[in-house]
Amino acid sequence: MNPYEELLLNLVEHDERYVVLTAENRGHMRTVPPKLGNRFIDVGIAEQTMIGVAAGLASQGRIVITHALAAFLTLRPFEFIRDDVGIPNLPVILVGMVPGVLSDANGPTHQAVDDVAIMRGIPNMGVFCPSDIDDFIIGMKVITRLQQPYYVRYIASPSVVEHRPTFVPGESEVVIGGEGGSFDVTILTYGYLLRECVEATHYLEKQGLRVRLVNMRTLDPVDTSMMVRAANDSHLVVTVEDHFATGGLRTILAETLLDAQATCASFHVNIGDRWFTPARLPEVLDVERLSAKHLSQRILSVLETAHVEH
Amino acid sequence: MTQNNTVADSFTDSRTNVALRVREHILRMSTNGGAFTGASLSCADIIVWLYTSFLRIRPESVNDAERDILLLSKGHDVPALYATFVECGFLDKGRLSHHLSAKDHIYWHPNQNISGVEFHSGSLGHLLSVGIGMAIDKKLRSLPGRVVVILGDGELNEGSIWEAFLTASALGIDNLIVIVDRNWFQANVRTEDLIPLEPLTTKFEAFGWTAHVVDGHDFDDMDNVLGSWRLIERTPQVFIANTIRGFGVPSIANRADRWFCNFSDSEVEDLIQELHGLSLATLTSDTLSVR
Repeated sequence: MNPYEELLLNLVEHDERYVVLTAENRGHMRTVPPKLGNRFIDVGIAEQTMIGVAAGLASQGRIVITHALAAFLTLRPFEFIRDDVGIPNLPVILVGMVPGVLSDANGPTHQAVDDVAIMRGIPNMGVFCPSDIDDFIIGMKVITRLQQPYYVRYIASPSVVEHRPTFVPGESEVVIGGEGGSFDVTILTYGYLLRECVEATHYLEKQGLRVRLVNMRTLDPVDTSMMVRAANDSHLVVTVEDHFATGGLRTILAETLLDAQATCASFHVNIGDRWFTPARLPEVLDVERLSAKHLSQRILSVLETAHVEH
Repeated sequence: MTQNNTVADSFTDSRTNVALRVREHILRMSTNGGAFTGASLSCADIIVWLYTSFLRIRPESVNDAERDILLLSKGHDVPALYATFVECGFLDKGRLSHHLSAKDHIYWHPNQNISGVEFHSGSLGHLLSVGIGMAIDKKLRSLPGRVVVILGDGELNEGSIWEAFLTASALGIDNLIVIVDRNWFQANVRTEDLIPLEPLTTKFEAFGWTAHVVDGHDFDDMDNVLGSWRLIERTPQVFIANTIRGFGVPSIANRADRWFCNFSDSEVEDLIQELHGLSLATLTSDTLSVR
């Protein structure tokens, strides 16, 4: 069993409220279904039905963890999520597989690059975008006990950093650079691209820059205080995300600074207003200029051309 | 469950009289903003029959784990439910006068602020899958209750309904009962003129369900057909209840333009006379209103 299967089994074994559903997506749980017994239900390739069933179960006191590819999970049953899970604020966890760049060569139909925007638009819905398997497991242990709906970008990639073991929705973690002081650059990111940002940060530090790297963890609720602090103590704030330019971290930063009546020099790395080029993941990162090498060069270029003081 | 039976045990009046008063309530809700009158009148007898003769639920047991559950998937017929709630003691009659007022929760679609409503609806095609989830929960707990979902025939246009019909039979959800309010209309047109549904029984059977046909306005037939429901292991059952949209009020019945109605107060009084078999109402309000 992988760590996620172990988590699911542990939840189901120790608390009769937990039920695991899938819309015939079992790529990340090949072993555990028989062990979950009658609290594992595969509804077939029927995402609307899965969300409706989840809402019905949750309305009777269950906590339901649902699974499908992130693009299908968020889009096909969107109205079921909004109406049947969101309106009554039911504890249904939506775990979306291969989000963002992780859909690599599948093509635009499979690209969940608008998922943060539409999920955080639903009242009551939380959004958790872990950066690796450790981050995911740490957060899931908390989220599955919150008694509210949550959308989670699944990720099984091994960790490249040590995560803070405490997880609080709306609290980011500083991965590099520390909380206080002043910085040339603060990089805000989430999900798979954290690893690229770690490597890019190391490179920028070697160039003599003071860099802070922040893993946002949850985007709804979001760590607004960290965003405002970054705007105040950093010469440049950079957002890095595998998401459309609209509705994700770039938009959240803009909203946050507007609400706080704050401003800063900023630079935004994202997919833009189009789908990314389908290819194997390393090539996606290269052609979409999301790799560590591209990120560090793009940030250096902004620092130079924008004459940002540092 | 303290009261493992229906409200009928404390009932002295006939179901016919109850249904008549339910129709009066529906008509009185069809003014000052209006209501989905035609759709409510078509399923009024089904809902009255369910609460007086079938569902094991009483006003004092709305939260009891062993209760039966009713879901209105075609939520716009909620006046029939609230009117039945009044007649069966779930809701104070005075609250019906709050229809469409912000001071209460009695609006055009059902919501759980009203005691006895098990799940909100409004958008069509949702509550069959929600009902499957509730029925699974009962099976996981080995509870005896049944989940009854009322679907509109127009609602059968929605793909999510057929997805859920497939899943329910695949999962063997035998404590789930669907009643189709087969009034042969959808919002603005006859069902068979737009997206023909027949042969409906055959369709349901092909999806792995046991299908029955019943007269949705005949209490004796509902006693015989719906009332003889017995659990068939691993097989969900559907009852196609033949009804007439606007049943009981000739000026409203079987008319495509009287799905949603907003009558004047005097027209409502005339329609109530009509309901009781007295003179036909003269209607001048523009009732062709689509919501």
